[in-house]
Amino acid sequence: MNWKRSLIGAAIAIPVVTLLAYGLTQDPRELPNMMPGKPAPEFALPVMDAENDSIRLSDLRGEVVVLNFWASWCVACRSEHSILYDAAARYQPRGVRFYGVLYKDATGFARDWIARMGGQNYPNLLDPASHMAIDYAVSAVPETVIIGPDGKIAHKQMGVVTDSLMRVKLDSLLAVVDK
Amino acid sequence: MIGKLLLIASLLVPQASAPKTSPSDSLLEAQVREVGSKLRCPTCQGLSVAASPAALDMRNVIRTQLKAGKTPEEVEAYFVSKYGGWILLRPEARGFNLALYVLPGLMVLGGAVLVVVLARKWSRAGAGEVIDQ
Repeated sequence: MNWKRSLIGAAIAIPVVTLLAYGLTQDPRELPNMMPGKPAPEFALPVMDAENDSIRLSDLRGEVVVLNFWASWCVACRSEHSILYDAAARYQPRGVRFYGVLYKDATGFARDWIARMGGQNYPNLLDPASHMAIDYAVSAVPETVIIGPDGKIAHKQMGVVTDSLMRVKLDSLLAVVDK
Repeated sequence: MIGKLLLIASLLVPQASAPKTSPSDSLLEAQVREVGSKLRCPTCQGLSVAASPAALDMRNVIRTQLKAGKTPEEVEAYFVSKYGGWILLRPEARGFNLALYVLPGLMVLGGAVLVVVLARKWSRAGAGEVIDQ
């Protein structure tokens, strides 16, 4: 009779413990990164400090595009600035298009921030109602989206990018373009 | 008496000067609140999009999409397509999430069966002891 009881106990306990163990491996606060592999949502946004100039994603088809969502109030964006600056200096001559996207910020603060940081070597897009940010599932800044020449999102970095990440992702996408 | 009249007047004045909204506006706002209350704010994760001050832009997107003729279900589906099922405050009852809905019921049922089985066993054992005596 004892083995029968043990068997029933195990049959109940094992699935419950397994379920709880699985639950402990999950972080309920961690946002899933759903965008890679999906077609990049279309946008047409004005360029900061360039009157009547706007950028439309559909005009960039066939090119590698880097979109960096940032704000002057974002502390982590400061440490990322030099990485993106260097990456833009290295990859823009090879055809990669870099754009900053101002997130929940005023242009005056953004201009001051850029001046304090020693400049920015790529244009910034204005998304005052955050429609583009929501389309790209941005939840906090900095976030960086890399779009491949096929128009699909190749990578979405939630948080600060690293120099090696930029090199690996952009080199692999440029290899496809060069083929 | 004068104090009471002043109090009544003060309560009435703001109502009289409140902006008038058309029935369609209030219906739209109710729909925005309803959809927003089902979605989690990605910034203030403990709050819904309807309640979070940081989710004003998301509420505007909900409003724009509803105005454009999308149904509340389609608007929810748009946010799920961007942020995944995580964005729903009440997880969908499918896949692994189904365990959340099924397990509590199963455990209650299992507990009830256990209680009945043990009660019958103990009552039988009790009856046996009485016969022995």
